[in-house]
Amino acid sequence: MTEIVRSTAATLAERIAAGEVTSVQLTEAHLDRIDAVDGAVHAFLHVDRDGALADAAESDARRARGQARGPLDGVPVAVKDVLTTRGLPTTCGSKILEGWVPPYDATVVTRLREAGLPILGKTNMDEFAMGSSTEHSAYGPTRNPWDLDRIPGGSGGGSAAAVAAFEAPLAIGTDTGGSIRQPGAVTGTVGVKPTYGGVSRYGLVALANSLDQAGPVTRTVLDAAMLHDVIGGHDPRDSTSIAQEWPSFTEAARAGATGDMTGVKVGVITELAGEGWQPGVMARFQESVDLLVKAGAEVVEVSCPSFVHALAAYYLILPAEASSNLAKFDAMRFGLRVTPEGSPSAEDVMRATRDAGFGDEVKRRIILGTYALSSGYYDAYYGQAQKIRTLISRDFDAAFARVDVLVSPTAPTTAFKLGEKLDDPMAMYLNDLATIPANLAGVPGISVPNGLADEDGLPSGFQVLAPALADDRVYRVGAALEAIHAEQWGGPLLDKAPELETE
Amino acid sequence: MPEITRDEVAHLATLARIDLSDAELDHLAPQLSVILDSVASITGVAGDDVPPTSHALPLTNVFREDVVVPGLTAEEALAGAPEVEEQRFSVPRILGEEA
Repeated sequence: MTEIVRSTAATLAERIAAGEVTSVQLTEAHLDRIDAVDGAVHAFLHVDRDGALADAAESDARRARGQARGPLDGVPVAVKDVLTTRGLPTTCGSKILEGWVPPYDATVVTRLREAGLPILGKTNMDEFAMGSSTEHSAYGPTRNPWDLDRIPGGSGGGSAAAVAAFEAPLAIGTDTGGSIRQPGAVTGTVGVKPTYGGVSRYGLVALANSLDQAGPVTRTVLDAAMLHDVIGGHDPRDSTSIAQEWPSFTEAARAGATGDMTGVKVGVITELAGEGWQPGVMARFQESVDLLVKAGAEVVEVSCPSFVHALAAYYLILPAEASSNLAKFDAMRFGLRVTPEGSPSAEDVMRATRDAGFGDEVKRRIILGTYALSSGYYDAYYGQAQKIRTLISRDFDAAFARVDVLVSPTAPTTAFKLGEKLDDPMAMYLNDLATIPANLAGVPGISVPNGLADEDGLPSGFQVLAPALADDRVYRVGAALEAIHAEQWGGPLLDKAPELETE
Repeated sequence: MPEITRDEVAHLATLARIDLSDAELDHLAPQLSVILDSVASITGVAGDDVPPTSHALPLTNVFREDVVVPGLTAEEALAGAPEVEEQRFSVPRILGEEA
C-alpha cells in the first residue's frame, strides 16, 4: 500500500497546500486502493473513477490559480448511498432503486462539491438504512477490514469500512439509531452524529425523518471536525435545519488534542452496562474513563432511568415513520416497476413491485409500522413511544445539568460473524442499545476507537454525548481521549489492523 | 398484548401494499410477534401527565421568502420514471375492470 492512503485528511490537506502532492495523485491513489481491496471488502456500490479524477483535476487547476476553496479542497470523500448525487446512481442498498440516477444533489453533496472534495463513489448500506450489520443490503454485505468474516456494523458499514480499509480518507454516513457511531466502534474508526438539524437532510432519502442525521465518518477526530465544518449549517431547503451560526469544530478538535481534561465534568451512564455487555468492551471502557480522570476530568456516575425503554420506543417510532416515508416507492414516478400478468391495476402493480423490490427487513419494519399506526393500537404503541421520548429528553436534561458530557461504550459487543444475527431481528436491534437515546433526544454524539477487546482482539468504541447544539464538546473530549490513547498505544488503533490482501 | 396472527400480518401487508407470498407470511409472522412482544414493555410506562414528543427540537412555522427559485425541468422530473408518455408519468389503470 502506498503510504499516502494511510495519511489523515488533515495531513493530506496540508500536503496539497504545500504542493507536495496533487489532488489527482491523491485521488488516483485511493481509486487504486479501491481496485486492490474492495473486491474483498465491498465497501462501495458504485465507484466514479472518471468523475472523481475530473473533480481532482479542477481542484488542482483552482489551486494553481490561487483559488483553493478551503482546507479540504482536493481531498477525496466517499458518500453513503442514501444521499442523492446528481448523475451518480443512488440505490439506498435497495433493488427498488436499482439504476436510479437522481436529477439533484443532496445539500450535503452540494457542500462537498462546493468545497472541492472529489467524490470517489457511493458506499454500501443496509437497505434504506435498516440494520446494524450492512447484511441487509440488496447488493451483498460489506466485510469488516479487521476480519473479513465479520460485520462492519450498520447501517453505514460501507462508509466505515471504506475509511478503515484506507479506500477513502473521509466518508459521509447517516445515523438514525447509531448507523454512524456503531460501525465506527466495530471498525476502529471515528463517527459523529451531529445535533438533529445541524446538517441538512435535503436529499437524504428518509428512513425516520425525526431521527435521521448525516455526519462525518473518518479515522481521526480532527478529520471529522473538518468535514463537519464543510457539510454543516443552516439550509433553507430543510425545514428542520437549525438557523444559527455554529462554532468551528476544527478549532474544538484542535483544542481537545492537547489531552487536557481539567475542569470537564464527565458522567458515566449507569444504565448502559451490565447483562449483555461484552467483558472486553467494558474493560476497555473503564480504562478510558480512568485515563480521563488522570487527564483532569471529574467523573461521576449518572442515572438515566428511562433509557431502558429507549430501544422499545425507537422500534415503534422508527417503523411508524418508515412505513409512511417508504409509501413513495409506488412504482409510478421512479424506481422499479413490476407488472403482473393480465390487466393489472395501479394497485396490483404497486403491491407486486413492493414485494419484489423490498427485502425482508424493510418488509418487517413497514408492517410493524403499519400495525403501530393502526387505529386501536395507536395510543398503546405510537402514542406511548412518543411519551417515552419526552422522558428520555428529560433524563438528558437532568444529566446535563450535572455534567458537561455523558459517556458509554458505543456498542455492547465487538463485530459479530456475518450471518450470526441475520434472521433474529431482536438480537440485531440490541446492537443499538447505547446509541439510540441520542437520536430520540436529538443530541450529538461521537464514537472514538477504544482499543481491542481481550476475548477476540477486535475494536470497541467509546461514545461521548453532549447537549443539543454543543457538538463542539464531543470534538473536544473525543480529541482529548484520542490523543491520550495515541500516547498509550504508540499510534492510532488502525495500525494494529491486519494488512488486507491486494488484488 | 394481543399476539400478531398470520391473518393479521396478511391484512397489514394489504394495507401497506406489499404482495407477501405464503412463504413470506410463514416467515415474517412469528418474527413480528417476537418484536412486538419486546416493545410491549413500554405500555403504561408514561402516564397521562407526560406530553408526547414528535420532534427532538421543536420548530414552528418555518417559512421562506416568497420568491421563485429554479426547480427540476420536466425532463429531469421524468428521467427516472418507469414509463413516460407525452411528458407525463404513464401509470396503469387506477379503476377496477368492471368500472
